Amino acid sequence: MSKKLLLEHINVPNILGYEAYRSKGGYTSVEKALKTMSPDAVVEEVKKSGLRGRGGAGFPTGMKWSFLAKPEGVPRYLVCNADESEPGTFKDRYLMEKIPHLLVEGMIVSSFALGANTSYIYIRGEYMWIVAILEKAIAEAKANGFLGKNILGSGYDLELYVQTGGGAYICGEETALLESLEGKRGNPRIKPPFPAVKGLWQCPTVVNNVETIAATPWIVNNTGDEYTKIGIGRSTGTKLISACGNINRPGVYEIDLGLPVDEFLNSDEYCGGIANGKKFKAVVPGGSSVPILPAELFYKTANGEARLMSYESLSDGGFATGSMLGSGGFIVYDEDQCIVRNTWNFTRFYNHESCGQCSPCREGTGWMLKVLHKLEHGLGSMEDIDLLWDIQRRIEGNTICPLGDAAAWPVAAAIRHFREEFEWHVKNPKECLTRNYGLKKSTLEMSFN
Amino acid sequence: MAHTYDTRTTEVTAKIPFPQEILDKVEEITKRYPAGKQKSALLPVLHIAQKHNDGWLSIPVMDYVASLLKITSIEVYEVATFYTMYNLKPVGKYVLEVCRTGPCCTRGAEQMIEYIEKKTNCKVGENSADGLFTIKAVECLGACGYAPMLQLGDSFVEHLTEEKVDSLISELRNK
Repeated sequence: MSKKLLLEHINVPNILGYEAYRSKGGYTSVEKALKTMSPDAVVEEVKKSGLRGRGGAGFPTGMKWSFLAKPEGVPRYLVCNADESEPGTFKDRYLMEKIPHLLVEGMIVSSFALGANTSYIYIRGEYMWIVAILEKAIAEAKANGFLGKNILGSGYDLELYVQTGGGAYICGEETALLESLEGKRGNPRIKPPFPAVKGLWQCPTVVNNVETIAATPWIVNNTGDEYTKIGIGRSTGTKLISACGNINRPGVYEIDLGLPVDEFLNSDEYCGGIANGKKFKAVVPGGSSVPILPAELFYKTANGEARLMSYESLSDGGFATGSMLGSGGFIVYDEDQCIVRNTWNFTRFYNHESCGQCSPCREGTGWMLKVLHKLEHGLGSMEDIDLLWDIQRRIEGNTICPLGDAAAWPVAAAIRHFREEFEWHVKNPKECLTRNYGLKKSTLEMSFN
Repeated sequence: MAHTYDTRTTEVTAKIPFPQEILDKVEEITKRYPAGKQKSALLPVLHIAQKHNDGWLSIPVMDYVASLLKITSIEVYEVATFYTMYNLKPVGKYVLEVCRTGPCCTRGAEQMIEYIEKKTNCKVGENSADGLFTIKAVECLGACGYAPMLQLGDSFVEHLTEEKVDSLISELRNK
């Protein structure tokens, strides 16, 4: 049984409201921080906790905070990244829907630590009903003196706003998010300068994921040292995993990092095993961008050790035999799922979501999509598989932002681990058309556009 | 990738100027940013404008939004054409946006899209002849664990089955 630091109180009646949340110890971290701690002391606790960015990159949060430039007379900003768009990921949404005050509390404590007096929660426009939930929570926090001027008599001021996006995966990338928040197209910026130096409106800015921010109240209340006692090694604390695909119990689970993958996939407390008595074929453990792993490599690392749900264990063996924890978007495939079709589908996603700024990504994703379309529809040749490998290799590392890598990795991993399936498509052109889930030709054509 | 505005769109709706309550809301939003940074209000304001303008953004509406935020029209066009939630041509009364990305497909999203096309007598990307529906196949909406799913206005309809689609569509038809 994993500890619940984030989701402990989600089933408390009326937890969406301030009263119920407060009665469960809500906002005590704000009282503790503002009355008894200096901003630097809060940063220090977060550093000690070993908390790592929960959006996908896994960068240590305390270190990111310590990079924030503090020039005299220039405002600083904290922006919460709630643009959750990575296929397979729906954990931030769950957290905001179930316990919005936790995010508000985390935003107050984190903004205090960073010296920000105006903070924004940038949420994807499709989550419109969550905007209402968050704005209500913010209004309640303000009415109770936790936001606004001179919070709890500490002299600290903070305003918190929710900003809606317009439907663009790329805005999950922090510099694209800032561009979008400035009312522009979501084209990522060239780094450096990093947002910590020149971010929102060219002012020092920290961008953190929802789950990262939501972890800070517990750390302030219980100290960073206590947080490191949960988890394993450098993967401290708990992580929300959003599990989906062909499993019995899709949903969002809070796990202690270091939980064995076998237990996560097969125990009834979590995914509950593969649905409909099918065989387990493959898994994408951290959102669509991370490499797909066949069942045998998922359970055991290349050294034969049991794999764990942690940053280190899931990436053990590099991309040759490992993957990544990523955002925690856990997508499971049963024996009926076609890897070529799934790769084609994901490539269509990246092609659709490429901002078009860098040629390798803009042109490369379109080219990969065409080649994959040929293979999936029984029109491919063996050379196409090598061509596909070649294209993805030339996208990776050659773009301003990581979307290029994110588009290349799933293709590379699919060929690396499931090359026979690609070859099968070449050798059996007729069968691969009929196995397309019984779809009519019209849908296939539609899907290509 | 960015979509384009079809200047051949002949049927133009432009419910401008906005009524006072919308203007007040725009005013409130622009106050969330430092002085001179009112362009930041563009995305939220375009959502409001679109909702008010029968679900889509025509050029006159975008020009009007530009004047409200004191920015140039091109700054509005480049944003409206970049983000997928802004419709640049007229849409039906109900826009059904069905997710077509990988995780949803493992649970039959593609079959569901076909079924919805059949039930509404409307192809993906088109408006139904009666003007009631627009069907869109969209990328991941963050509901992978509740697949297949669709977005309708400000809410999601999840765990779709053929029966659920039947009742949703007849409910919308009778509204």
